[in-house]
Amino acid sequence: MGMTMTQKIIAAHCGRSSVEAGEFVEIDLDMVLGNDITTPIAIREFEKMGAKKVYDQNKISIVLDHFTPNKDIKSAEQCKESRIFAKKHQIKHFYDVGQMGVEHALLPEKGIVAAGDTIIGADSHTCTYGALGAFSTGVGSTDMAAGMARGKFWLRVPGAIKVKLTGKPSKYVCGKDVILHLIGKIGVDGGLYKSLEFTGEGLNHLSMDDRFTIANMVVEAGAKNGIFPIDEKTLQYMTGRVDRAWVVYEADQDAVYEEEIEINLTTLRPTIAFPHLPENTRSIDDAGDVEIHQVVIGSCTNGRIEDMRAAAEILKGRKVSLDVRTIIIPATQEIYMQCIKEGLAEIFIEAGAVLSTPTCGPCLGGHMGIMAAGERTVATTNRNFVGRMGHVESEVYLASPSVAAASAITGKITNPETL
Amino acid sequence: MIVEGKVFKYGDSIDTDVIIPARYLNTSDPKELARYCMEDIDAAFAKRVEKGDIIVAGNNFGCGSSREHAPIAIKASGISCVIAKSYARIFYRNAFNIGLPILECAEAVDRIDEGEQLQVDFETGEIHNLTKNEKYKAQPFPEFIQKIINFGGLVEYVKHSLE
Repeated sequence: MGMTMTQKIIAAHCGRSSVEAGEFVEIDLDMVLGNDITTPIAIREFEKMGAKKVYDQNKISIVLDHFTPNKDIKSAEQCKESRIFAKKHQIKHFYDVGQMGVEHALLPEKGIVAAGDTIIGADSHTCTYGALGAFSTGVGSTDMAAGMARGKFWLRVPGAIKVKLTGKPSKYVCGKDVILHLIGKIGVDGGLYKSLEFTGEGLNHLSMDDRFTIANMVVEAGAKNGIFPIDEKTLQYMTGRVDRAWVVYEADQDAVYEEEIEINLTTLRPTIAFPHLPENTRSIDDAGDVEIHQVVIGSCTNGRIEDMRAAAEILKGRKVSLDVRTIIIPATQEIYMQCIKEGLAEIFIEAGAVLSTPTCGPCLGGHMGIMAAGERTVATTNRNFVGRMGHVESEVYLASPSVAAASAITGKITNPETL
Repeated sequence: MIVEGKVFKYGDSIDTDVIIPARYLNTSDPKELARYCMEDIDAAFAKRVEKGDIIVAGNNFGCGSSREHAPIAIKASGISCVIAKSYARIFYRNAFNIGLPILECAEAVDRIDEGEQLQVDFETGEIHNLTKNEKYKAQPFPEFIQKIINFGGLVEYVKHSLE
């Protein structure tokens, strides 16, 4: 029986010629990731396991990105604990303030993850690396500890949903609209325990940054992982970044899919997820009149250079509403530098936005943009749960960088086409 | 092992941000996390919960963030087990890994109401609704997961394999 792309990577990493959906297997890991929130618990579990050393110091990444630069004393203690562990075990890919970026933008950018890899991360958005044709999934701290100790991971082989993309998106439609639309269609548990495998000629019109955004949010549909086939764009992205051999896997012609979904990019509209679930999606045409108080452009979902360029294109020569706090957060130091070199930083500041150092900060209600009761934010982030970005009576509307930037100007949810 | 307690009932897609809001993730101390458990969906939870109580919820329980702080907070609050129609996959793993018992039983979720008294037998998967005098049967765990449970969780499983 044919295997999906995900199943092929899993089979190759447990020494098998084939695996079937539903089987439990133990796979070898190419990378184990943690951040400043999840690593401290993992360190304690690692010690409880009686582990003396990590399985491979070159195959662990620790990125201090969530509550950094530290927002309070307790957060500083958590970073300190992670830092001491990283030094003690000589973790190669340890990133602290000054070097760090939002983890899921940073690891691909640095070439730490590549096609064909198996990656677990104690962060739910670890599924981002599926854009590179890797199997990657989010786990908890104890799984991270076990991964650091043994370099192995147990899992149930997932079945798959094939998502076929056709057509060509219009100017203000991007990866964010694709994934929000998909989540709206199948629901926040529509992909539970499964792989979402993206295919179709529509992929030719989606950049790597679009694909990272799409793969990033498959967890919002409950999926174990999302994955993209490898094409010229993938190869071009990895060349010069990844300094080791990678492996290209392809789904078999007769691979079995539990379901097939088609999305026509040509007719897709800018899409918004209304509070309080990512599945509550509406087309921009049905968004109505929603007054907002804050805009956040950044995160592991949409903090990459194309997102910055999309926001700058809208903000250039314009001013954000004085009633909208507009916070722009390039996801990594490299992207931040690029914003300066390309003149985007100047556009943002001239428009009246603030430009922040890389951090996950406001996305999860940590710091750098927390809301009071009754306030609303349009954010390019990934979750709009109750209390996600502050007060339990605040609201988050998920959208693309273009929609977020347009909304910052008018003070209400706005279609960039109408500016 | 048999546990008994009263029911806290919630709906579908209870996410880990409401189970333990990120503003409290600057600590991983179970006792401290327990004080804020379920705060954004049920502000009275931490005051009302007693040792042995049981959370009953709909589909996709524990969706969202991978924070292990969520099952840790639930366990430290005194909750003896969670019964739901289905679980988000990371929460499902995390619960087993830290030793928070969870059961899947759609029938039980449909029949059980807030505040009812339940008795749950983890060996047989039998859920006894003492208030309504009804019994429901939870899904058995997959064999591989039962193996990890038999070891006493992932920490012990790894410890064994490192020896």
